[in-house]
Amino acid sequence: MQVTSSVRQPLVTGGKTYHDVTHDVSRQVEGKPTKLWFMAFLTAVGVLALGSTALLATLWEGIGMWGLNKTVGWAWDITNFVWWVGIGHAGTLISAVLLLFRQKWRTSINRAAEAMTIFAVICAAMFPVIHMGRPWLGAYWALPLPNTYGSLWVNFNSPLLWDVFAISTYFSVSLVFWYIGLIPDFATIRDRATGLRKIIYGALSFGWDGAAKTWMRYESVSLILAGLATPLVLSVHTIVSFDFATSVIPGWHTTIFPPYFVAGAIFSGFAMVLTLMIITRKVFKLEDYITLGHIELMNIVIIITGSIVGIAYITEFFIAWYSGVEAEQYAFINRATGPYWWAYWSMMTCNVISPQLFWFKKIRTSIVATFILSLVVNIGMWFERFVIIVTSLHRDYLPSSWAMFYPTWADVGVYLFTFGLFFTLFFLFAKFFPVINMAEVKSVLKSSSEKAHK
Amino acid sequence: MERDTHFILGVYDDEDVLLHAVEKVRGSGVKIHEVYSPYPVHGLEHVLGYKRSKLPIAAFLFGMLGTSLALTMQFYMMKFDWPMIIGGKDYAAFPDFIPVSFEMTVLLAAFGMVGVFLITSNLKPWAQPRIFDLRSTDDKHILAIDLANNSSLELEKIKEILTDSGATEVNKKSFD
Repeated sequence: MQVTSSVRQPLVTGGKTYHDVTHDVSRQVEGKPTKLWFMAFLTAVGVLALGSTALLATLWEGIGMWGLNKTVGWAWDITNFVWWVGIGHAGTLISAVLLLFRQKWRTSINRAAEAMTIFAVICAAMFPVIHMGRPWLGAYWALPLPNTYGSLWVNFNSPLLWDVFAISTYFSVSLVFWYIGLIPDFATIRDRATGLRKIIYGALSFGWDGAAKTWMRYESVSLILAGLATPLVLSVHTIVSFDFATSVIPGWHTTIFPPYFVAGAIFSGFAMVLTLMIITRKVFKLEDYITLGHIELMNIVIIITGSIVGIAYITEFFIAWYSGVEAEQYAFINRATGPYWWAYWSMMTCNVISPQLFWFKKIRTSIVATFILSLVVNIGMWFERFVIIVTSLHRDYLPSSWAMFYPTWADVGVYLFTFGLFFTLFFLFAKFFPVINMAEVKSVLKSSSEKAHK
Repeated sequence: MERDTHFILGVYDDEDVLLHAVEKVRGSGVKIHEVYSPYPVHGLEHVLGYKRSKLPIAAFLFGMLGTSLALTMQFYMMKFDWPMIIGGKDYAAFPDFIPVSFEMTVLLAAFGMVGVFLITSNLKPWAQPRIFDLRSTDDKHILAIDLANNSSLELEKIKEILTDSGATEVNKKSFD
């Protein structure tokens, strides 16, 4: 007996059958790439090539190519790192946390969101690696490897080292979680294919046959991976925030950072998922699977996390005043009224005010408005990290070493490089991998499709 | 004819029909080889009488291994092998070791469990699965009955049971 709710919106519209699901999703993988896809892909590769000149220059000359100075020793690199890691968080939230909460609507967006996570974490990891200056020696600085100095080990008291473990665990566990979910769908494509495609997808599908026993184990694995990934995703941005919070720099030395960073990460991540999904559903004609209902639900998550972020900003300001510590008070007054006031107020506008527009049903169910606001949110979240990092550093304890940060072409170029990399990987994924988890959509089809509601 | 047919397949369209069919087929004394579905059908493992998967135990054990490895490594390196005063803290600054221990726990639990899953389910890139019906990864549930395990029953009788249980098709399948 299937119980269907008369109150809830159907998750899959258009009266789709099981075969339609298979067909609609596999079609993208099987067909020849469209002109639109080629144009988008080549643009991404072009940006990647353009940015790689800056990357090569940085590797060749060293990080002196960047606009860093004695006072502002961290700027765009760490800003971009935190920004990309934050974006990645939405994927795990959708696939793991919403699985634990039995939110069935996650089924049609989790695959692409997880792919986004993996690509965003790759982009994020680029920055600390390049910032080492000589990344080819990086393994000795970042991992506890025996060496000729003793062995002189890495410092396990440092949050930077915790980050190495957190990011690499996060990346590899997300990758495994994503791949386990892909196996049954690769088998579907294999069973529809002939020739070379059958061999390739046959290998990718690991010989999946859909036996009830394997499905039972698969469900068990998914549930436990979700259970492991949930605290993991919270720990990752917590540890990223420790990079700042455990220091003694005014403006960084705050206990509110872990929850505030996690909320900000989910906030920006959902915005990026929306940006990508709105394009993907349109280009691949998947409007029946990623419905307006999905977009609205994601916008609600954006209101919640955006409001948490807004409260965190205000709390931070209040506590700086309430602490009575002059250096702390100055750091915050300087943020809002100092030379970087424009960055602070861009952040406030984009992150605190703009998501509140989603309280209006008309705005949160409008695709155009959602698309624009999703971009605005990500711009705001980039500014948030820039404000926290640069404004806290540029006013040193000694006024004689006060400075400003000006990005060079290499700063911009390396950032562009990660954009190119992200979109190149995403377009490759969108073409060659099933962008929607077919097996999971089928499992909710009977109870949650439009047909079931009739 | 009997010789070259090794399996009888019941094809089902609907998961609820399938669940009742599995109960009926098992109730009439036919041993089911396996059921192949395009998506996980909840409750199927119960009607088939499968025991609960032991993968959670594997995950727990691998997780414990991760915690102990991480703690041993950090205490050995920071307290015994090369002690250094960092930030005025104790050599064995236990609270500082928690983040890495947590990450290693998650890493080993996830990889260990997935490794066990892939091995026990015989999932590997070079595996050659026996596909009973290509539609079993698309839109049909395939109930496979191995004739070798049901030698006491007549072929026609099994077919009748399958049709009665709601199978839309009853096919034969042999592998070389």
